[in-house]
Amino acid sequence: MNVLRFMLHNRGQVLELTVEHLWLVGVSTVFAMLIGIPLGILIAHRRRLNKPVLAAANIIQTIPSLALFGFLLPVPWLGDRSERLAILALTLYALLPIIRNTYTGITGVDAAVLEAGRGMGLTESQLLFQVELPLAVSVILSGVRIAIVVAVGLATIAAAIGAGGLGEFIFRGLAMVDNRVILAGAIPAAILALLADVGVGWLERRLRAR
Amino acid sequence: MGLRYELRYAGRNMPEPAATPVIEFRDVSFRVGQTQVLSSFSLLVFKGETLVLLGRSGSGKTTTLKLINRLVAPTTGEIYVNGRPNTDVNVTRLRRGIGYVIQDAGLFPHFTVERNIGLVPSIEGWPKERIRSRTQELMQLLGLSPEMATRYPHQLSGGQRQRVGVARALAADPEILAMDEPFAALDPLTRDELQREFLLLQQRLHKTVVFVTHDLREALRLASRIALMEAGKLVTVLTPQEFVKSSDPWVAAYVRAFGDGLESAANRGAS
Repeated sequence: MNVLRFMLHNRGQVLELTVEHLWLVGVSTVFAMLIGIPLGILIAHRRRLNKPVLAAANIIQTIPSLALFGFLLPVPWLGDRSERLAILALTLYALLPIIRNTYTGITGVDAAVLEAGRGMGLTESQLLFQVELPLAVSVILSGVRIAIVVAVGLATIAAAIGAGGLGEFIFRGLAMVDNRVILAGAIPAAILALLADVGVGWLERRLRAR
Repeated sequence: MGLRYELRYAGRNMPEPAATPVIEFRDVSFRVGQTQVLSSFSLLVFKGETLVLLGRSGSGKTTTLKLINRLVAPTTGEIYVNGRPNTDVNVTRLRRGIGYVIQDAGLFPHFTVERNIGLVPSIEGWPKERIRSRTQELMQLLGLSPEMATRYPHQLSGGQRQRVGVARALAADPEILAMDEPFAALDPLTRDELQREFLLLQQRLHKTVVFVTHDLREALRLASRIALMEAGKLVTVLTPQEFVKSSDPWVAAYVRAFGDGLESAANRGAS
């Protein structure tokens, strides 16, 4: 109850940090989709590229997040505003699930269907937009869903470099050894992750090809 | 017998003088790595006939079919479609002029029956009304009831899916139909039904059909001429009537494998 009272008392700040948090997650997810989906499509069509690209995305994933933030801090333009840096790091982390699911979704399209389409005289781009992407969309979205849920958690660490977000409460709480403050950041973050999970999951089911 | 027989017969076997070649394979070879899939393959397909490519698995018949619409490019040799090398024509144009039907139909699972059938007309930019009426016409032609229009492929039986596959191939009214074992995955009764309907359809439409099968009975029933293939080579081209009587060792082996009663199968389609 103490926690709730604390949050209610500081509702202005909770809201502000939640919005900041959403902004970090939202922007980085959009970037990751803009990069990851085309890259996933590319490696699904040029199979030779799939190993190196997935390996690179995998390696990024293995860098500890705190270390990545640290590495990027001295980079000139990025270091100017910690928000940019946080978004770049979150984008990099979100890439793997999006690339991998796009690749899986597209390569999972029935070869007979593609061949029928090609044989009927669909161009490669018609095949992509009318057949491959619609059939892969739910798999791709499930990758996006994973990316968002992971990003909501990771974005709390962005506060360590001063990028804001709900991590502020968590770090402050840790410094003050005050669980109420930690929870004031952790609870909204958990709720955000759950909402994103449910929301995108719903979209995923709506768009699932028959 | 009589006139009825004569007409049917003429429909199945083009009278020689009027025969115009629509597809021609000129000394075509196709190799993948070390494997010679097709070697010096030459064949004429005439307007309005149903040419059946018959052969066992791996004999090169599907490759032969795919050479026509350039899903496969020959290693050497040329394929002529309507008197021009098929490499002269834009590949999408070429393919849209050749209806393509495959085993299990290859329908788009996320499109309704209606959209599946109307896909080529719609990418060709036909007006909506025309697509709708064409789709309805084809559904009727293939014995699909109107309420099927809004169903999805997974809600159809195998036979219905294949009918949709044929309707889709006919949508833009192509002169040529390329059919790759279209009825092979169906149960015997449905297959029989679709073969019968194919014959009726062909009597009305007179498409130039290249039909791949390994089923001799199907070949005898549907073909104007049968091209027997073995190990990437064309063994011989015969009418069904000639086929069952042929003394060619490959043909005889095929006929023997299918057992008795084939003469009647050869005649059933004709009479």
